[in-house]
Amino acid sequence: MGTVAVHGLCKSFGKVQALDGVTLDVPDGSFFVVLGPSGAGKTTTLRAIAGLEKLDAGSVHLNGRDATGDAPATRDLAMVFQSYALYPRHTAYENIASPLRARRCSPSEIAAAVKQMSSLLHIERLLQRRPAQLSGGEMQRVALARALVRRPRAFLMDEPLTNLDLKLRVEMRTELTRIHRSLGATFVYVTNDQVEALSMADQVAVLKEGKVQQVGTPTEVYERPANQWVAGFVGSPPISLLACHAEGDRLVGAEGWTLPRPRWTTAEDGRALLLGLRAEDLSVEQRGNASLSGELYGLEPLGDRTVVDVRVGTEILKVKARPTVTGTPGERLLVTVDLDRAHLFDAGTGLSLAEAGR
Amino acid sequence: MAVSVDEAVSAGPVRDQTRPTRRLGGRGRSVLEIALLTVLAVVMLFPVLWMIETSIKENRDVYAVPAEFFGFTVTMEHFKDVFVAPGGGRSALSVAFLNSAVVAGVSTVLATVLGVPAAWAYSRFAVKARKDQLFFILSTRFMPPVVVVIPIFLMYRQVGLIDSKLGLILIYTAYNLPFTIWMMKGFVDEVPAEYEDAAMLDGYTRLQAFRRHTLPLLVPGIAATAVFALIFSWNEFVFAIFLTSSDSVRTAPPAIAGLIGGTTTDWGLVAAASVVFALPVLVFAYLVRKHLIAGVTLGAVRR
Repeated sequence: MGTVAVHGLCKSFGKVQALDGVTLDVPDGSFFVVLGPSGAGKTTTLRAIAGLEKLDAGSVHLNGRDATGDAPATRDLAMVFQSYALYPRHTAYENIASPLRARRCSPSEIAAAVKQMSSLLHIERLLQRRPAQLSGGEMQRVALARALVRRPRAFLMDEPLTNLDLKLRVEMRTELTRIHRSLGATFVYVTNDQVEALSMADQVAVLKEGKVQQVGTPTEVYERPANQWVAGFVGSPPISLLACHAEGDRLVGAEGWTLPRPRWTTAEDGRALLLGLRAEDLSVEQRGNASLSGELYGLEPLGDRTVVDVRVGTEILKVKARPTVTGTPGERLLVTVDLDRAHLFDAGTGLSLAEAGR
Repeated sequence: MAVSVDEAVSAGPVRDQTRPTRRLGGRGRSVLEIALLTVLAVVMLFPVLWMIETSIKENRDVYAVPAEFFGFTVTMEHFKDVFVAPGGGRSALSVAFLNSAVVAGVSTVLATVLGVPAAWAYSRFAVKARKDQLFFILSTRFMPPVVVVIPIFLMYRQVGLIDSKLGLILIYTAYNLPFTIWMMKGFVDEVPAEYEDAAMLDGYTRLQAFRRHTLPLLVPGIAATAVFALIFSWNEFVFAIFLTSSDSVRTAPPAIAGLIGGTTTDWGLVAAASVVFALPVLVFAYLVRKHLIAGVTLGAVRR
């Protein structure tokens, strides 16, 4: 078991700056998720930790010891690749046994370890098959077994669930969380799926264009996004952002609306701001005194809830509502705003304002 | 028999693509098509047929006017002469065939042993100015042997490689290496690098990872590449005739050419030697033909 720390990672591929000073600190035993859109540098970060990528700058520390120049084999890490990278000529059994063979374990040890892992992941009957004879979910389990068969310092997982269908993905999410708990091992898990990140992680690092935007627990990242971009990336439906500025005790929108100024904000009058409102903090029912007037733009029924699109001026607010809500487009609506849960960002820098006041 | 390697590379896919459109008027070919193909076949195969006929005719039938196509006495004397010297013992030609086998075999092995790791490196590693390096490597093949043979002759004379099998092996290796690197790079590119990454995380070194997981997947490609290199070395004439002179070193192409000229030419012997020379490559290429086409199209086309 162990800790993983990277400091100031920089890596460019030709003109593309894949990593631009990435610093992360993964505590021992944590489920650490690196979240970001494609091209954010997540996989490169993971490959840098594994020693598969030569860095332009920065350092990698494993268990507090500098491992920056070490060969992958000596780092004592295990990795699950997005493509699984199962050896095509070998059976599932041999694939899982590979890390043990590399470490010259005895045949009986190998047999026992493979047996234990395959029963944990329910793949006993697949052991004699080759990767070409396995389905995507089965390959994923074999790849997982190959990583989990030994006890490395940390497990690195590169979007291991991306290639699975939705049902299997949800199942494996629970499975992985369970495995993490039972092993108590350090997981560094890369994904572009915010649901995976929020549901599985102890800690989330949000990455964009090779830079770390925010590190925190899933709740922190969701409830207190460090900037406008994180707020927009995490959460579904995405947060609604309205241009506005403060004027005395009111917030005045670029579209002409006014709202009471949230108690906690310290922004000076006239400064260009963005008001961030999550769908669940808005309501089409009359519940408070802070409300915005708009017209119904569309309805997205999602079964357990309906997302109501409300047009305020030229901007669209996404409002979470009961599944029974009805209406016709063009109809006037009042949207109640829970200002205690609203976010304010500086329109120029995108940074969140006045977090300290909450 | 001078199969140029570069032509052979492009021949595979082209033939593949034209197959479906070839059918005129339903199932069969038109009469015109058959007639044209027959003419073409006769023109192309006649020298080969004539070579085979001459190799089994007695000398007086070889010179008969009008030529005898059928009804001549079949003899194997010429083939005996290819291998056995007039006074008994091994003939100079048989030594030449042995030399050819050694030179072609060793140079092919060397080119493969050097070329496969080089191709792997160019495919996997961030080599500085990779494209320029690869272009430079290929550029060594831009000039035909006959252009470079004089400078090489002078250099070889300085270092004492003239008239030695080692000299021929080295020049053939150098000539086959660019081709091997380029063709093998295509094959290595096809094998995902992640197998090696995964193996390294399993605890193997990079070389072990290459040997355990990438190399076995490259075997068909290596076979195809080696066959082309072998054919080139086996058929090569210009370097061989310029750089070697003694019977104990000379390879088969210049040795067979040497039979022609002088006061009389024993055409039966020339034909028999040519048949013996052509046969191994034909048989070999026929045996591995599936491999060759599959290998070549895989490496060159599916990019």
